[in-house]
Amino acid sequence: MLDTVIDVVAGTFMVVGCLMSLAAGIGMLRFPDLLSRLHAATKPQVLGLLLLLAALGLELRSWVVLPVLLLAWLLQLLTAPVSAHMVGRAGYRTRHLRRETLIVDELAAVVQAAAQREELEHGADGQRDRSDFLD
Amino acid sequence: MSIVLWVCGITLSIAACLTIIRLAKGPSILERVIATDVLLLILSAALCIEMTVNKHTDNLIFVLLACLVGFVGSVTVSRFVTDRRNA
Repeated sequence: MLDTVIDVVAGTFMVVGCLMSLAAGIGMLRFPDLLSRLHAATKPQVLGLLLLLAALGLELRSWVVLPVLLLAWLLQLLTAPVSAHMVGRAGYRTRHLRRETLIVDELAAVVQAAAQREELEHGADGQRDRSDFLD
Repeated sequence: MSIVLWVCGITLSIAACLTIIRLAKGPSILERVIATDVLLLILSAALCIEMTVNKHTDNLIFVLLACLVGFVGSVTVSRFVTDRRNA
């Protein structure tokens, strides 16, 4: 009885985890620009992997593998935001984004303030290689 | 369990196909980096499902390695993307 229940729960977790990957695939194809595709790619990274590793832990039913599963998930949880941040940063700097899809762009105001401050400190003839940031 | 295996296999295959299409089409290298990351995750998901169905832990080290390789790869590539349009 309990075995059947655990099997059903693990099977559900596996199917839902695979649907996360499918959602990422559809999002990769259908979303308009880099930042929204970045959003779609995060689904299997955290929740999908959590569900699949939970299903694996439920099926194996041994305490020995639990730390390894936890390590795999924590590693993904720690590295996913860093790599997403780096990709988003490079995308913003090289302007691989559509302005019209943005609702608010808080970074633009920060960049503009930094450029003004630099102009105040170094004068108008200071180094101005900030064209990467500004549209 | 075999029905679950079929459903998961078909779902992951469709997801991998869509990701490969994006990998081929992707207008810039950053899109391709994201698509490669997702493809690697689909691969590790398939490894997890194979382990769950056959009840062994042989592939667990590959799942760990896939996390690390994806992280190092995407960070390295996006670090060196500097060109304006056709990077």
